[in-house]
Amino acid sequence: MSGDIGLPISHRQRLWLYGLGGLVLLFLIAPSVIIVIMSFSDSTLLQFPPQQWSLRWYESYFQSLEWRDATIVSVKVAVMTALVATPLGTAAAYAINRGTLRFNGTINALLTASLIVPVILVGIGTFFLYARIGLNNTLTGLVIAHTVQALPLVVLTVLSGLRSYDMNQERVARSLGAGRIAAFWQVTMPQIRFSIVSGALFAFITSFDEVVVSLFISGGETTTLTRRMFNALRDQIDPTIAAISTCLIVLSVLLLSLAQIFGRRH
Amino acid sequence: MSAQSALLKEIAGPAGQDLNAQALRADARRESLRLLALLAPSLFLVCAIIIVPIGWLFWLSLFDETGAFSAANYARFFEQASYIGTFITTFKVAFIVTGACVLLGYPLAYMLSQLPRRAASICLIFVILPFWTSVLVRTYAWLVILQRKGLINSWLIDLGVISQPLSLANNFSGVVIGMTHILLPFLVLPLYASMKTIDTDCLRAGMNLGAGPAATFRQIFFPLSLPGLASGVVIVFVLCLGFFVTPALMGGGKVVMWAMRMEQTTSLYSNWGAGAALGVVLLVVTLALLGLFQWLLGARATGVWSSR
Repeated sequence: MSGDIGLPISHRQRLWLYGLGGLVLLFLIAPSVIIVIMSFSDSTLLQFPPQQWSLRWYESYFQSLEWRDATIVSVKVAVMTALVATPLGTAAAYAINRGTLRFNGTINALLTASLIVPVILVGIGTFFLYARIGLNNTLTGLVIAHTVQALPLVVLTVLSGLRSYDMNQERVARSLGAGRIAAFWQVTMPQIRFSIVSGALFAFITSFDEVVVSLFISGGETTTLTRRMFNALRDQIDPTIAAISTCLIVLSVLLLSLAQIFGRRH
Repeated sequence: MSAQSALLKEIAGPAGQDLNAQALRADARRESLRLLALLAPSLFLVCAIIIVPIGWLFWLSLFDETGAFSAANYARFFEQASYIGTFITTFKVAFIVTGACVLLGYPLAYMLSQLPRRAASICLIFVILPFWTSVLVRTYAWLVILQRKGLINSWLIDLGVISQPLSLANNFSGVVIGMTHILLPFLVLPLYASMKTIDTDCLRAGMNLGAGPAATFRQIFFPLSLPGLASGVVIVFVLCLGFFVTPALMGGGKVVMWAMRMEQTTSLYSNWGAGAALGVVLLVVTLALLGLFQWLLGARATGVWSSR
């Protein structure tokens, strides 16, 4: 009669709860599923379920120079953001994990600031700053802004890896004569590398999906995919966006599964 | 002999200890500097991209259009009906969306916390996947589902429930539905994490003492889950206040929320002082709510990010 947590409540008594929870799960996942199915429709009318199937919206995505350029910009920016944010975030997490610095609380608050400060304010502020130093509409500007958005996620992910790692191992290596860098690289790094890879994946997807800041600071030749999608959605509902959305969903699924696999190994 | 002891005293005595302590202190200082050097690039970027521009905007907000030092940019919020309307809309959306997230999120988190580990982790995928799907993609999906010729309307008409399409998108209800969907995981994840830490022995003890399932839930489980619920509520509410994408795309221009107002004043009217003032107030309200939460519960609401 007992449930899995050992309480004398049967699953049958819980059916209403499972039903309710299931409906909420459906609410969460249904929109993505509907978009994926619709992206294979042959019609411009966005019927569901589609009457006829085709890949025409994918063709229209891949053959449009505008969409392709925007995708390339987004991929470039996301890769560079991951490459910049991951080492910076890992170094910061290493320093925070020591916990010996006097202003640890302040440092933590600063590093996680981009999670708390409303992103619209960051967007306007960054645009204002970039207008003075000529970084608007540049890849460099986008990478810097996205790195700041991605940093807290890298720091938190690597920090959780470091918390379950015994720092004494690095001390032992150092007392046996290894240099500081060698000790980190050969002893600590291999044991937290899965957290670092997860952090890099989170940084990539944060940058790739970022909308609000990009809306302000990207444009012209450096228009990101999300900015172009936002503008397209303001005008009309083009089914090409269903195809692009499906690609984005698939990308999220892939990166999340990778992060999960790395997380589990760790 | 006396010379020898004097020498020993000198080595091990107060002076020797001093030397040792000094060396240790210098070493600790060097170590701190090294750690700071590791933090420096990150801190520099955060200061350059977040702190400095916001400080700059705050400074701008203190001057009116003629360049004179004044509180005109803030006084406007109380005088102009359109600003008051924006604030009312924003808080109305925030309260309704937060309420909807609690109503939908609590049963889901409760179910997840009661399921066996394997089933729970499969169900969690359905929460985490939307969490990591672009906000734009999800807003687009809701536009497709809710628009005049969208799924809901065509299904309802086919079923004969309605004859005229309901207006679900491009208005208040569209914004609320879209935002509820996007923010729900921010409530479910911290709530689920805190429910998992509730000691089942407490529940078992309650039942042994004769409480029925309903009483056990009401008197033991629910009170213990309140801190997790509170952190979810605070984070959802705060995110609502500054939400931009969904109201901008699904509001049909009729639902003007705080962040949209900021975008319009700066991009459309180039009134940086007014836009900056809006931003400053938004930041202050956000920090005040988070600070109040932290003070009341002694926990950080931003913990949601590590509970993924």
